[in-house]
Amino acid sequence: MKLTTLLTSAAMALGLATTAMAADKTKVGFVYVGPVGDGGWTYEHDQGRKAVVEAFGDKVETVYVENVAEGPDSERVMTQMALEGADLIFTTSFGYMDPTINVAKKFPNVRFEHATGYKTAPNVSTYSARFYEGRAVQGTIAGHMTESNIVGYIGSFPIPEVVRGINSAYIHAKKVNPDVQFKIVWAFTWFDPAKEADAAKVLIEQGADVILQHTDSTAPQAAAQTAGNVITFGQASDMSEYGPKPRVSSIIDNWGPYYVARTQAVMDGTWESVMTWDGIGAGMVGIGDISDAVPAEVKAEAIALQASLADGSYHAFTGPISKQDGSAWLADGETADDGTLAGMNFFVEGIEGEIPQ
Amino acid sequence: MISLEKRPQPSRAWSLATPLVAVLATMVFGGLLFAMLGKPPIEAIRTIFWDPLFGEFAFYYRPQLLVKGAPLVLIAIGLSLGFKAGIWNIGAEGQYIIGAIVGAAVGLAFYPYEAWYIFPLMVISGALGGWAWAMIPAVLKVRFGTNEILVSLMLVYVAEQLLASASLRFLKNPEGFGFPGSRNLQDYPSAFNADLIAGSGMHWGVVAALIAVIFAYVLLNRHMLGFHIRLTGEAPRAARFAGVNPSRLILLCLGMSGALAGLAGLFEVSGPAGQISIDFNVGYGFTAIIVAFLGRLHPIGIMLAGGLMALTYIGGDIAQSNLGLPSAAIQVFQGMLLFFLLALDLLTNYRITLHKPEVA
Repeated sequence: MKLTTLLTSAAMALGLATTAMAADKTKVGFVYVGPVGDGGWTYEHDQGRKAVVEAFGDKVETVYVENVAEGPDSERVMTQMALEGADLIFTTSFGYMDPTINVAKKFPNVRFEHATGYKTAPNVSTYSARFYEGRAVQGTIAGHMTESNIVGYIGSFPIPEVVRGINSAYIHAKKVNPDVQFKIVWAFTWFDPAKEADAAKVLIEQGADVILQHTDSTAPQAAAQTAGNVITFGQASDMSEYGPKPRVSSIIDNWGPYYVARTQAVMDGTWESVMTWDGIGAGMVGIGDISDAVPAEVKAEAIALQASLADGSYHAFTGPISKQDGSAWLADGETADDGTLAGMNFFVEGIEGEIPQ
Repeated sequence: MISLEKRPQPSRAWSLATPLVAVLATMVFGGLLFAMLGKPPIEAIRTIFWDPLFGEFAFYYRPQLLVKGAPLVLIAIGLSLGFKAGIWNIGAEGQYIIGAIVGAAVGLAFYPYEAWYIFPLMVISGALGGWAWAMIPAVLKVRFGTNEILVSLMLVYVAEQLLASASLRFLKNPEGFGFPGSRNLQDYPSAFNADLIAGSGMHWGVVAALIAVIFAYVLLNRHMLGFHIRLTGEAPRAARFAGVNPSRLILLCLGMSGALAGLAGLFEVSGPAGQISIDFNVGYGFTAIIVAFLGRLHPIGIMLAGGLMALTYIGGDIAQSNLGLPSAAIQVFQGMLLFFLLALDLLTNYRITLHKPEVA
């Protein structure tokens, strides 16, 4: 008798607990700047969202809005998510920075995570990836593979993030090929297939046989494929549909583990405002399969570099490195500090052309 | 057999009814589209049209309707004056950008000095900026007979390059760690176009839009210039005989629409947006063309149409978030609205007649 009562009450308690948990579903919102089908930046953030769903199943509810313009529209979308009961909101574009801070002020109990920005608050974290580590691997492959010794680079906007990538790729290309030359085209867009294709064509016409891109569409890959004998690297997403050539490798943004960890932190009540900047080691930056179009010894070298970046035994910006104007930056063996990297607004020695400012 | 018969006079009843019928048709066919996507159609329509106005969080969305609708109405009113006279300013987006850049530049030139006259100065310079940008196609048309549609449209892309340049160079926030974008005007009280009553969404841009509606109504119905505008659009030859100077009309219409678009840009940059950034413009200048036609080029109609467009934007975002509708489906939905309106417009000028096939 007693046992039955005990069991019944236990079952009831369990039942109650389940109901309580269902009501307590953690709601996670995602604000995207592009369409989830862009095959690049937004696509990978959405993969991260799916990873959260997979990890927590019924315990989370995720919502997202795509194609949200930076500015007042994004502020409205974030406010709407907060009003509808979101516990955690990821805002995945640099331009969402001030709107995120504004909305966070109004909803002190909602946590916000802003990608690639620099403003934080007690309930706003920032997160970004050390893509420049991936650029080091790309630069190494590019330096070996180019026959014309001209590497084309499609820059999006002349901001520190992009400048850092150009510098890192150049340093490592130069290391394996002293004659290498970089030609840079600024597309002034993150995602515009037509402009990106034009930029790629211009670079190819100027003799580039390797194209690196810091824009998100696959248009440069298609342009390289048409031109033939030009290699490319997937950006943000693997873009493996263009492999094994022109796409010989890629930098993949892998947000899933971070999104899962942060959601877990909200569930556990251990969420704190942090500034995360992770690289290959933490798995936030992935290097896509290096295809067979790359000779085995080059591939081995690239993989070794990737490993040394991952375990921290090598830093992508290790001296001696001078700035473009010839002034010394890093002494022999010295590595760059995060502050300088975060605001990087200069090219390293050897790169031609100016950063538009 | 069904055939179309031209009405002797445009039907007044239909011209009033078509917008409503178009909205209803959009709801029906939009609902079908949502159902095919596997989403509950009634709930989706309710989320888009009802929730922002009367839902649980309407207290937040209603002010947002003003914020979203005001620039659309302000620009569309200006465009409608030209459209009525057959002067096609397609480049309001560019005038909007230039108004914002010039206005913000004037404000930032004073930073961090505080004074009451800074905001009024910004307003004037924003309007002048938009006006000047519209004067380019106007003067080229008057002087060399160029096509104002092409010139004004192409100048949008020039304006976008200037915007990128402003964000990266001459208006870049010196404390922004090298990132693009100007200082945030919301943090600069003398330049901040704040809500007149906190949380109401009523900023100066909304006031300006309302004034523009009244001004346009009076102009078109009570003023000689308004009569000339309508006459030129409806009967250009008669207008010539009535002594209308076409060059003067082109300069006036493009100038006014440019100034209003510039104002809209200024109010946006100093208020809701807060800063000049590379992606500052989000297409208000183009959407306003739709709003102008949706509102029948009539000031009151434009005001209602601007509200309706704002509603579909805000409701569309809610539907994305709450129901997981893709943004492309929302865009198709908005496209349907315009399509049905244009298609049903036919009924204003034509009537459908049914008659038996004649025996040969």
